[in-house]
Amino acid sequence: MTRLPLAALIGLVFTGAYFAAALLAPWIAPYGMAEIVGDSWEPSSSQFWLGTDSIGRDLMSRMIWGGRTTIFIATCATLLSFGMGSILGFFAAVKGGWVDQVLSRLVDLMMSIPSLISALVVLSVMPVTIPVLILVMGILDSTRVFRLARAVAVDIAVMDYVEAARLRGEKQGWIIFREILPNALSPLVAEMGLRFIFAVLFISTLSFLGLGVQPPMADWGGIVKENKEGIVYGIPAALIPAFAIATLAISVNLVADWVLNRTSSLKGGRGA
Amino acid sequence: MPETLLDVRGLVIEATSYPPGEPPKDVTLVHGVSFTLEKGKVLGLIGESGAGKSTIGLSSMAYGRGGVRITGGEVWLNGRDILKGGAGGLRALRGKEVTYVAQSAAAAFNPAKPLMEQVIETTLARGMMGRAEAEARAVDLFRQLGLPNPETIGKRFPHQVSGGQLQRVMTAMALCPKPDLVIFDEPTTALDVTTQIDVLAAIKRAIHETGVGALYITHDLAVVAQVSDHIMVLRHGKTVEYGTCQQIIEAPQEDYTRALVSVRSIDHAEKNPDVAPVLSVQNVTARYKGTHFDVLKNVTVDLPPGQTLAIVGESGSGKSTLARVITGLLPAAQGRITFDGRDLSPDLSGRSRNDLRELQMIYQMADVAMNPRQTVETIIGRPLEFYFGLRGAEKRKRVQELLDQIEMGKGFADRYPAELSGGQKQRVCIARALAAKPKLIICDEVTSALDPLVADGILKLLLELQAQEGVAYLFITHDLATVRAIADRIAVMFKGKVQRYGPKSDVLAPPFDDYTDLLLSSVPEMKLGWLEQVLDHRKMEGAGN
Repeated sequence: MTRLPLAALIGLVFTGAYFAAALLAPWIAPYGMAEIVGDSWEPSSSQFWLGTDSIGRDLMSRMIWGGRTTIFIATCATLLSFGMGSILGFFAAVKGGWVDQVLSRLVDLMMSIPSLISALVVLSVMPVTIPVLILVMGILDSTRVFRLARAVAVDIAVMDYVEAARLRGEKQGWIIFREILPNALSPLVAEMGLRFIFAVLFISTLSFLGLGVQPPMADWGGIVKENKEGIVYGIPAALIPAFAIATLAISVNLVADWVLNRTSSLKGGRGA
Repeated sequence: MPETLLDVRGLVIEATSYPPGEPPKDVTLVHGVSFTLEKGKVLGLIGESGAGKSTIGLSSMAYGRGGVRITGGEVWLNGRDILKGGAGGLRALRGKEVTYVAQSAAAAFNPAKPLMEQVIETTLARGMMGRAEAEARAVDLFRQLGLPNPETIGKRFPHQVSGGQLQRVMTAMALCPKPDLVIFDEPTTALDVTTQIDVLAAIKRAIHETGVGALYITHDLAVVAQVSDHIMVLRHGKTVEYGTCQQIIEAPQEDYTRALVSVRSIDHAEKNPDVAPVLSVQNVTARYKGTHFDVLKNVTVDLPPGQTLAIVGESGSGKSTLARVITGLLPAAQGRITFDGRDLSPDLSGRSRNDLRELQMIYQMADVAMNPRQTVETIIGRPLEFYFGLRGAEKRKRVQELLDQIEMGKGFADRYPAELSGGQKQRVCIARALAAKPKLIICDEVTSALDPLVADGILKLLLELQAQEGVAYLFITHDLATVRAIADRIAVMFKGKVQRYGPKSDVLAPPFDDYTDLLLSSVPEMKLGWLEQVLDHRKMEGAGN
């Protein structure tokens, strides 16, 4: 095993820290999520590291609890979109013909409506709970993954080794999971890093608009919404979630790049 | 005293390779190669892939392709060391004193511009001639190169002329600025034999008439023997042998050169044809979906068990389509295929697992015929598991047996395809086909992508396996030397029809039909003056008619 590149190390440390904070929120958050512990918009102090929010809750605790919600929803939505999008995409590419046509046109139809608008429409008639949010985001995002997976798989499906597998009489399952998937993994991993961040932004946007995570539960978009008035008075509370999203985005993609580099070796990761 | 045009001394070329997921490393491609070329002479550079022949060729215009660096030695052209000229010196040199003819003419032309524009572009850009003068020279060259309608062919676009014509237009492009040196980089490798001979003759005449010096790069010794004055044999970036054309062909000194000269001399006795066929193709007609053009017209061939049927033809003759029809990838529109006495469903989905097992296929490009993410053991082991239900230690043992059979031995089972050489990859593909214990293996140009010596090894292996296992081969190829080496029967295909069919001894013996005669006489032979002989012979016959 070669030494970890610096960029990957930085990415791993930050990503690890965010995910650890999300998992361990009940133990490391100094105060309760909805507990009012001070005056509104207190500056940072040894008692409240990041200050307090618009109604006097500890911002540090809100960030940790909010990160837990945001990261959880984004992760589940990304996994759902990748599971659904890539399998359907591979299936369309391998089958071709009318199966491909029906699936692809359906995806075109869904993509022709901006995803934020369709999400708003669906969420305004559905009860806004976390499973519904994950489902809506996952399905909307899977259209993008479908496109990528299909495009990659169409190129792979015409390779002689896939033809050889067909001539051997292999079933669709083997062709999709054993012949195509391992060769399509690199672009999918790269896309996954990006898609995860889009999911974080998407859930934050929904919460900011009031159709995402409902108060008193915290999430990063919600924290921005609750504290946006403060910006006018020079209070940075609303910028802290933005900073968190940016650092998470960069570190996740550093990790994705590294994974990509390792998986693109055709010699099983061994040195030449 | 003859004037020296090009003098290369102690050339060293390096490159950095970047294997994905691994640290970059420096490799030396050319180790101190020296040669000289006199004005108006032709030097042939020959070697297998990776020998450094193209790299050396390009270095004589001080160019290194894709991160290749010239790190040592001198290249003297017309009395100047061009490696010391700097960018300005090179700009004055390239396209004026040295020009280049690439292997793939189709990829080297801009499809959006007419040919004439591209032929005279460099000449105009260098300000060497006015437009009218340059066009007149181009037309002269077109005539010299034997292109049809030399006056008007320049108005056509690249897709409107054939591959052989395009290669000649590119030669005209290279000759137009009146260079001192032209580098021909495998100019006929991508062409069919019947086209190759015309292009070869045209290039030879043009070199002779313009008095230009040339480097002729190829992997085919028989071709280079027709055009060169001197030949340099390269291997692994080193000179193996350097001498006059006659000496190399008639009295090679080194073992490697001797092997190259005598390659494809496998002797294969024809087997008895009077046995019930394992495969019988009867009146098959096929077309691709959505088209109305029959790619195969009424094809009928038989293949006895344990024998080899060679399907020969140029590109576009329908020989690979025949393989697709037999495997069921392209269901035949009409006709019937019987296999081992039973009717074979035209469509792949209608065939039983046993049908599929008994009919295996080996591809031209071993690189893409194996999943790069599977180890050799998975690749060979899968048919064992799939058809015979072998698992675990039993499967591993059988994989090793197969590896021994293809003469690869231990230590390969855990490797990935990227860790194998070209010949080894093709051997693994053979083992994969063999693992299914088939009655028939379709070999689609299996040796075309390989270097001659490696190809020889593969053919010998295939013959040996046939003797051991009694498997029949349907051998698709455009290379008649391969056919002579391996076939029991031959079908010559032309424009989707079987032109000539029968036992090898009949097909390759006169009297020939016109097409077979053309095909057979176009295969370059390893002797001096072969090109002139053939052309003279054809001229006489043409005059006689």
